[in-house]
Amino acid sequence: MTTDQLPAGETETTGGGAAVTVRDLRISTTSGVEVVHDISFEIAPGEVLGVVGESGSGKTTVGLSLLGHARRGLKIAGGTILLGDRDIRAMSDADLRRLRGSLVSYVPQDPASSLNPALRIGIQLREVLEAHGSTDDKENAARIAEMMREVALPDDPAYLKRYPHQLSGGQQQRVGLAMAFANRPRLIVLDEPTTGLDVTTQSTVLTTVRELAQIHDVAALYVTHDLAVVAAVATRVAVMYAGRIVELGPADKLFESSGHPYTRRLVGAIPRLTGGRSLVGIPGHAPSPGKRPAGCAFGPRCRLHVPECDEKVPDMVPLGPDHSSRCIRAHEVVDFKQDDYGDPVALPEPQAEKPVLTIENVVGYYGSTEVLHSINLTLEQGEILAVVGESGSGKTTTARAISGLHHSWTGSIRLGEMELAKSARARSTDIRRQIQYIFQNPYGSLNPRKTIGESVGQPLSVFKVASGKKADAMVGEMLEQVSLSAAYARRYPDQCSGGERQRVAIARALIAKPSILICDEITSALDVSVQAAIVELLGELQRELGLSMVFVTHNLPLVRSIAQKVAVLADGSIVEYGETAKILANPQQEYTRHLISDTPSLEVATGEVASGAGVADGERPE
Amino acid sequence: MRFLRGGGIAGFVIRRVLLGLLVMLLVSIIVFVSTQLLGDPARAILGRDATPDRLAALQKQLNLDSSKVGQYFHWLGGLLSGDLGTSLASSQPVTSVLGARIANSAVLVVLAAVISVPISIAIGSYAALRREKVFDTVSSNLMLVLAALPEFVVAVLLVILLSTNVFHLLPAISPVPPGTHAWDYPDELVMPVATLVIAVAPYVSRIMRASMIEVLESDYVEMARLKGLPERTVLIRHALPNAIGPVFQVIAINLAYLAGGVVVIESVFNYPGIGLALVDAVNNHDIPVVQALAMLIAAVYVVLNLLADVATILVTPRLRTRL
Repeated sequence: MTTDQLPAGETETTGGGAAVTVRDLRISTTSGVEVVHDISFEIAPGEVLGVVGESGSGKTTVGLSLLGHARRGLKIAGGTILLGDRDIRAMSDADLRRLRGSLVSYVPQDPASSLNPALRIGIQLREVLEAHGSTDDKENAARIAEMMREVALPDDPAYLKRYPHQLSGGQQQRVGLAMAFANRPRLIVLDEPTTGLDVTTQSTVLTTVRELAQIHDVAALYVTHDLAVVAAVATRVAVMYAGRIVELGPADKLFESSGHPYTRRLVGAIPRLTGGRSLVGIPGHAPSPGKRPAGCAFGPRCRLHVPECDEKVPDMVPLGPDHSSRCIRAHEVVDFKQDDYGDPVALPEPQAEKPVLTIENVVGYYGSTEVLHSINLTLEQGEILAVVGESGSGKTTTARAISGLHHSWTGSIRLGEMELAKSARARSTDIRRQIQYIFQNPYGSLNPRKTIGESVGQPLSVFKVASGKKADAMVGEMLEQVSLSAAYARRYPDQCSGGERQRVAIARALIAKPSILICDEITSALDVSVQAAIVELLGELQRELGLSMVFVTHNLPLVRSIAQKVAVLADGSIVEYGETAKILANPQQEYTRHLISDTPSLEVATGEVASGAGVADGERPE
Repeated sequence: MRFLRGGGIAGFVIRRVLLGLLVMLLVSIIVFVSTQLLGDPARAILGRDATPDRLAALQKQLNLDSSKVGQYFHWLGGLLSGDLGTSLASSQPVTSVLGARIANSAVLVVLAAVISVPISIAIGSYAALRREKVFDTVSSNLMLVLAALPEFVVAVLLVILLSTNVFHLLPAISPVPPGTHAWDYPDELVMPVATLVIAVAPYVSRIMRASMIEVLESDYVEMARLKGLPERTVLIRHALPNAIGPVFQVIAINLAYLAGGVVVIESVFNYPGIGLALVDAVNNHDIPVVQALAMLIAAVYVVLNLLADVATILVTPRLRTRL
């Protein structure tokens, strides 16, 4: 370690050989536009550094650079990346190949697409050993079995003969972890490895990562957009915004007394289990590479903005041991109380005794398999009912049965007084208008060949509400109502961000003036701050328009901020059903308690709420 | 519908063979109906001056006086028992007329396939690897030009280049004498085979390039590299098996096209294969020969598609394990 060459002001935190030291790392496109600027950090053996940022902040790019890899169109333009005392940037291609998978390994975001669909998992595990010199079949088999046990997967030969598609998402990700730890690396880069997994699986994966890092003294870089996940896994956190680290410090410091306004806003955007505060999104967008301002990139969105912010990019201001923030007003910010979470939610009182939707004894089938067992729910006028559960619990099937998209069910679903036909096709146009559905993935649910205006206006012509100028005016009005401008009508979906697309999908549903809105995991593909903004919007719309909503989600804290009632589903049955506040504060069922404790949340991580069997079971290194 | 599932790969093949037989049955009906449009075979044989008596006698001999349905089943029965009827032009059994011709065309098509498929897979893969570099730009554009040229133009260009005006290396025509085999005259095979290779290679290499690019951009190839695997292993074990699946379908369609498309090539080079036989048979109103060749070409399509589907399934575990 060449600590004497470190710039002044950087504190050596690790007391001797850091596993990895990054100094002034710059990454640019091959055409020369810088996308990641002056990144410096280090990670000690056994330590997990969380890198938090929204999509486009450069966090994955930084993570991959630790393996000497830059994606197509990008290149590492400057700085040093020291692994121990070897500079990765100075290595030849052959050296890099030997490094990857042995000294530094990578756990990708989407395990389903990162495992080769044509190869058995046993082969994919074995080749990472063979590529790095272990050619003894017997030893390799023993090592693979050991790894499989460490990630809590079966180690029998039959299991290893499976193909990736024969595994669940959580199992696939654990195979990815086994692969990453196979050669006992000194550094592991984890790129959002739990995004897309449900909370229980996420919780076990997080526990595995933390334990393996500690047991084997491995340094880990954990990239994520979810602060709550970071709180569960990392000891130190780097917050990235627009290609720069804006704050770097111990995890608990960042959540309690953050020194950067952006971190503050991110913390405020996280759904909280306690209190039921409304979520506050961050208005505006992060600037894209090449369009970043000369001064602080967060300036245009910052409430504490002063003219000096725009003069030059602020330096990192030290705030305490191992805690610094890239904000000229950091010393003021750090003294604020974290009070900008948003006000406690005052959810409107639903009009009781006037159910808009009644579900009685609904039993759902896939083929001859019963997947929903006798579901009974009611939705009052002006109420938001959250349907919560893990993947496979039947929550989406319930939503699809209500909307008539899934038509293999028996029982009774009534809209007001009216009995609904099983499939949407058998229902009248007016009933279809009254039940509107918003899909999970805004990237897939908007027709890429239609303008936003055409997509939003379509219900008007389908339901013969309006046409021509009048329809255009209504579309414009609707877009304003979801906090977009009428000018968006001329854009195409690929010109919009994920959050904007989801607003468009909401506008398309609302323009039909539905009696019930069904939201199927509509925020799970979005960044935390965008999720907060969408939930904020739905809350406003509900108060203004008196909407009744079925809100399907796996995110329990999110439910607290929006829904009056919650139904918890497990294996196709409702295990708990009632007022949100009561159920979250005092869950009666073991399953609900698990769901709550497995959900990564700031409260659990910072000790506000005692943890159950799940995440922070006293294992988090202090 | 339960019998439509299960049985693994063998079950799948059996189901597809049965389906193929059904397709062939439908094709036989269409072939039979459409060949009726070629006119009265008896009149074709006897010429325009035939007397009504002789015409009637020949129609009776050719079984043309029974109902159309009766004629169809008579013909179908013959097909199933291997009796393709008698050529009207040569009065020889169709099997002996076509036997040598089929062998000649098969030599042409198989040679073209064996040469063009590996070459175009290699070109497509290498272009994908060197994407947007010189090799890719040159090969992609060249392939596009070749794909746009009709085969007979390619054939004529080859003749000008190699057999007549420029160089005089190879014979310009390939008239394999009756009673001999095509493979006895390797120099006569070069030009027709080259033309067919040029006809097929562009399609296969372009789809291979596109498929390979998609696979090389995939997360699992990036992951394989980040595992530190040697580039050879990444390409051969991780990329190729996934990229080649969609290519099998294109290869099958192209080879099937060759089986029919040899018509033009064979007539350019005067090569005695089924293509030339088909042209002659249509000109002569030799209905049994036309029918036999139509059924043969249809069978080639069915068999090649079946092989392509089986090959695709073999390299795609997700499909295989569902059987």
